[in-house]
Amino acid sequence: MNAIEARGIHKVFNPGTDEEVVALQDIDLQVASGEFLSLVGPSGCGKSTLMRLIADLLPQSSGELRVNGKAPAQARLDRDYGMVFQHATLYDWRSVSKNVQLPLEVMGYAKAERAKRAQAMLDMVELGDFVEHYPWQLSGGMQQRVSIARALVFEPSVLLMDEPFGALDEFTRERMNLELLRIWQATGTTVVFVTHSIAEAAFLSQRIVVMTPRPGRITRLVDNPLPYPRDFHTRSDPDFHALVAQLRDLLRDAHEDQP
Amino acid sequence: MTRLRHYLPTIAVAVTVLLAWELLVVAFDIQQFLLPKPSAIFAEFAYQLGLWLAPDERSILFESSGATFWEAIGGFVIGCGSGVLVALITSRWTIISEATMPFAIAANSVPIIAFAPIMNNWFGITNPASKMAIVAIIVFFPTMINTVRGLTLVDARQLELMRSYAAAPSEVLLKLRIPNALPYIFSALRVASALSLIGAVVAEFFGGPRATLGVYITQEASAFDFAKAWTAIMMASIIGIAFYLAVLFLERRLMPWHVSFRVE
Repeated sequence: MNAIEARGIHKVFNPGTDEEVVALQDIDLQVASGEFLSLVGPSGCGKSTLMRLIADLLPQSSGELRVNGKAPAQARLDRDYGMVFQHATLYDWRSVSKNVQLPLEVMGYAKAERAKRAQAMLDMVELGDFVEHYPWQLSGGMQQRVSIARALVFEPSVLLMDEPFGALDEFTRERMNLELLRIWQATGTTVVFVTHSIAEAAFLSQRIVVMTPRPGRITRLVDNPLPYPRDFHTRSDPDFHALVAQLRDLLRDAHEDQP
Repeated sequence: MTRLRHYLPTIAVAVTVLLAWELLVVAFDIQQFLLPKPSAIFAEFAYQLGLWLAPDERSILFESSGATFWEAIGGFVIGCGSGVLVALITSRWTIISEATMPFAIAANSVPIIAFAPIMNNWFGITNPASKMAIVAIIVFFPTMINTVRGLTLVDARQLELMRSYAAAPSEVLLKLRIPNALPYIFSALRVASALSLIGAVVAEFFGGPRATLGVYITQEASAFDFAKAWTAIMMASIIGIAFYLAVLFLERRLMPWHVSFRVE
């Protein structure tokens, strides 16, 4: 079964006014269960908007959207997806462990179960020794790992990540990429990953959706030939460079199409 | 040792100011009804303390301080408590909070102390309730306004996170809005702690029982016993500072995570 199916999605902001913006036009997309898919494109191409439609944080203007075969609103109510934002969005007043337990509290899990799961998730993101710390005591990369643990702690079948490593430095980012692949392979979660980094999309995903702005649309779906597991050597692989070059050409061509 | 070094400049300033005050009064031969010497004020304070501690004596000063303190505390609890409560109710429905906020902000700029004579008529001039009412009204508005702000000015991403969990409004209130409002509430409580003592003393200037600080100050001042009046002012200051520190202590206990208390 497909985790996500989009057919003829349109999204228009401020319709019928001077500020009318067509954010998404004619989006058709299927994401298979367990797949790692990236949405890549420049600012304004609608990649974040598409993610927010999937998460039912915004309604689409027209078209049909299914998450695990359900309407997005129902998928949200069923807690089918976990979400990671560019900003870690941790609650300052909660310890690391309590932050990870937040979704479990909302969903009514018992106390012992919450603590156990939070510990297991924090061990997985290698923050098992920081459960009693507060967010401000952690680095940006560690905070983002907490937010990934928080998104995965209730075992959602889909993980939506909106430029999660965009605010991190290059070294931390590459380490986080490896860690994310390890988590993805350990959990079998479907991952939809929004990024404006071509290299990041090429390194992580099985398929890459190239999007272009004004109006936001899908230019091309690119299959990634690189095998898993991927590691630091992947970035020196000629196939990796060829893929990055291909993606860059696609994005540049699309830009030159603009009037 | 490091703590002592931290407070040393503050102590040095206090000692210097008191010494300069004492020397100026002696050097220029200032009459005690214009400005008494600090040593005279401390002597009066020590005398009153002795009366208060003696089993068969009474100290009107300490009785007054106690009475005014309870008026301030009572008004503070009633006013701040209802301020937080009303904020919780109005912020539940955006329409109500939007409709009431302009009035609350306008009321906050009104010199509420001017109502003191009215409260004396309503509750009785010697009834502590008339002073508590003034204090309660004075602290109500800043507390309510700040609490509404804290409950509504929530980061949009944090709200989206809760929405992604399909959290009920009550969960969003308990786990996000109220913790988010705590720093706002405490900054209001700190202001309110000072306001409540000012409100109580000034309300007593309009009349009240003999054993209250406001009445004590006005009576001793009109009897030209300024050492006594100044001692009462000192008592009011001590109570005010202690009250403020108590609120600060509670704040640190309840919000150790807050940015203002962080130590690396």
